[in-house]
Amino acid sequence: MDSAVFIAAAIMTGLAAFFGLLLAGANRWLRVQEDPRVEQVETLLPGTNCGACGQPGCRGFAEALVLGTVTPGGCTVSTADGIRGIADFLGVDVGLQVRRVARLHCAGGTSSVRMVADYRGPSSCRAAHLVNGGGRACPWGCLGLGDCDHACSFGAIHMNDEALPVVAVDLCTACNDCVAVCPLDLFTLEPITNPLLVQCRNPLSGEAARAVCRVACDACGRCALDAPEGAVRMEGGLPHIYAPEQTAASTTARCPTGAIRWVTGDQFGATPVLLGIEAAITHG
Amino acid sequence: MGLRAMLSRAQTFRHGIHPAEHKDTATLPIERMPFVDEYVLPLSQHTGAPSRPLVVVGQKVRRGEMIAAPDGYISTALHAPVTGTVAAIEVRPHSRGVPSPAIIVRIDPFASQRLEIDADRPTAETTPKELIERVQRAGLVGMGGAAFPSHVKLEVPEGKKARFVILNGCECEPYLTCDHRLMLERADAVITGLRILMRQVGAERGYIGVERNKEDAAAALTAAAVDGGDIDVIRLEVKYPQGAEKMLIDAILHREVPSGKLPIDLEVVVNNVGTAAALADLAATGKPMIERVLTVAGNAVRRPANLMVPLGTLVQQVLDHCGGLRPETRQVILGGPMMGAAQKALDIPVLKGISGILAFTDPVAQVEEEPCIRCGRCLAACPVFLNPSRLALLARAQAADVLATHHMMDCMECASCSYVCPSNIPLVHLMRLGKAAVRAQKAAR
Repeated sequence: MDSAVFIAAAIMTGLAAFFGLLLAGANRWLRVQEDPRVEQVETLLPGTNCGACGQPGCRGFAEALVLGTVTPGGCTVSTADGIRGIADFLGVDVGLQVRRVARLHCAGGTSSVRMVADYRGPSSCRAAHLVNGGGRACPWGCLGLGDCDHACSFGAIHMNDEALPVVAVDLCTACNDCVAVCPLDLFTLEPITNPLLVQCRNPLSGEAARAVCRVACDACGRCALDAPEGAVRMEGGLPHIYAPEQTAASTTARCPTGAIRWVTGDQFGATPVLLGIEAAITHG
Repeated sequence: MGLRAMLSRAQTFRHGIHPAEHKDTATLPIERMPFVDEYVLPLSQHTGAPSRPLVVVGQKVRRGEMIAAPDGYISTALHAPVTGTVAAIEVRPHSRGVPSPAIIVRIDPFASQRLEIDADRPTAETTPKELIERVQRAGLVGMGGAAFPSHVKLEVPEGKKARFVILNGCECEPYLTCDHRLMLERADAVITGLRILMRQVGAERGYIGVERNKEDAAAALTAAAVDGGDIDVIRLEVKYPQGAEKMLIDAILHREVPSGKLPIDLEVVVNNVGTAAALADLAATGKPMIERVLTVAGNAVRRPANLMVPLGTLVQQVLDHCGGLRPETRQVILGGPMMGAAQKALDIPVLKGISGILAFTDPVAQVEEEPCIRCGRCLAACPVFLNPSRLALLARAQAADVLATHHMMDCMECASCSYVCPSNIPLVHLMRLGKAAVRAQKAAR
């Protein structure tokens, strides 16, 4: 038998042994010490990698938790029990944060906003926005084609009969996806403790604003007058909320169109929306 | 002349389409739109920063007086289209869809509306630097559609030179005939404007590209350019988008402008024939940009016309002057049918960049969209050699990274792909969506 076979086998064995020892050495001397708790904390997190906590995914959040730079309460997706479990495991405070939810700054559904043209093209808000701002008289408001609905990975947004996106408060994780996708930047993430909400972006005032949409802010300024001094100010034809903690449901009571509202649950929920004047009458 | 040009039948670019021409208004001389009571002049009617108002409410203004100054280098001035009074400075509807600030000028019914000859008009002694400044003060913009401030194109960037000036007289969009009439009726002005442009940028040759369906205009220009052999009128094949800057350079000089480069990188400056005529007017009388020629056409217009319209006239008023719209009107487009924008209201003013008002009884895109059948017609039509079918899929997926590597930004939205698609896929609309995604990603970084 030819000795070449044995030489080849010997070389291969030698190479295997050499690289095997190299790897064994690297494993020993180049080892990165990782806190085993990171792995365990990650299994306790929901694993959605939504980024709502501000960290690059659940792994990043777990690392930050172990380092102590964030608190378990920063996770907006996990349940209260889940968060308490992590806090107990790490022996830290829960550090609960005020939950935030996505709120839409427009209430102009199909029966409220004036339609002036028929948009034909890809069924997407971003596409409709490129054509003269869409077919509605109001170029600042919701286009109703549901890009936010598609973008939401938690199923928290659905389009209602009025073609307005309803954000389910209990499902929303404040992950920012709807905020980023809306071509009109109509979503913001609001703390759930701030029920005062301006549901309009129309800068026009008076008759001009109402001609565009029934629920537009016509800049009458009543909300600014009814709120404590400086809490709500009129700027650019719209109220701006400066001190939400000082406001109360009464701030919205005299709003003639319902553009500013006191929203405690889902926006545009199943219960009919009471416009300002009707609400005031009910309160007697 | 290059080998490719000798082999080809007529001078043109590769790819492109030939839509039905519908140039029914080509025989109608330019008529003047009568003055109306009120003019709406948005501060933003050009590419770049909006103009800065110089007038106050109640102030009396003369026709041709500057009412808003340029605000920065990529910006231009705005002038009163009539003698009258500034009635308001307020937010008014705009063809872009979002209302924007405008100066409202109410006409003085007793004024003669004669345009005084400006002593400050540019002459042969005006230096290139002075002319740039003077053109900016006159508010001239490219009349082809994009409304890019003209003075920027009059400046040759340092380290570059311009050997050729090309005037675009193709008017390749269907229906539009305003450039055709302008070349025919004002051939002398177009040639004068071209000579000014050539002297300004130091070019040795001037070309005017005219499609073969405007033989009378080409003949008029040839006759007007009779003295000196430095100007050539080039007859080009009737093909869309022949009038696009890069296509025009390819057809006339047989050179391709590389992706991301400008014509000046190939020592070329391209302007519209309308811009050249406006420049000639500025030199002759000092007339600033206060009016423009546009075509009113389409099967929903009772009396189609080529009109000289003062800027700020409402689209509704122009249509009323043309006998009004038929009741069955379904779509109104500003600009040409290929690249123009469909409008949702008619209370918007005529701007510097609007070359036509088209109205149709049957919207162009009303057929149902079908799935892509991979026929490849869009690839054969695209003048910049993109793959619109693939880009459309990427645009729907909003894959900005991949779109950028597939040269999305080379698309000029000529709509040739949409025109040829047998499945009625709104390709150009998706191209715009794709470009918006790439731009948004670039802005976020």
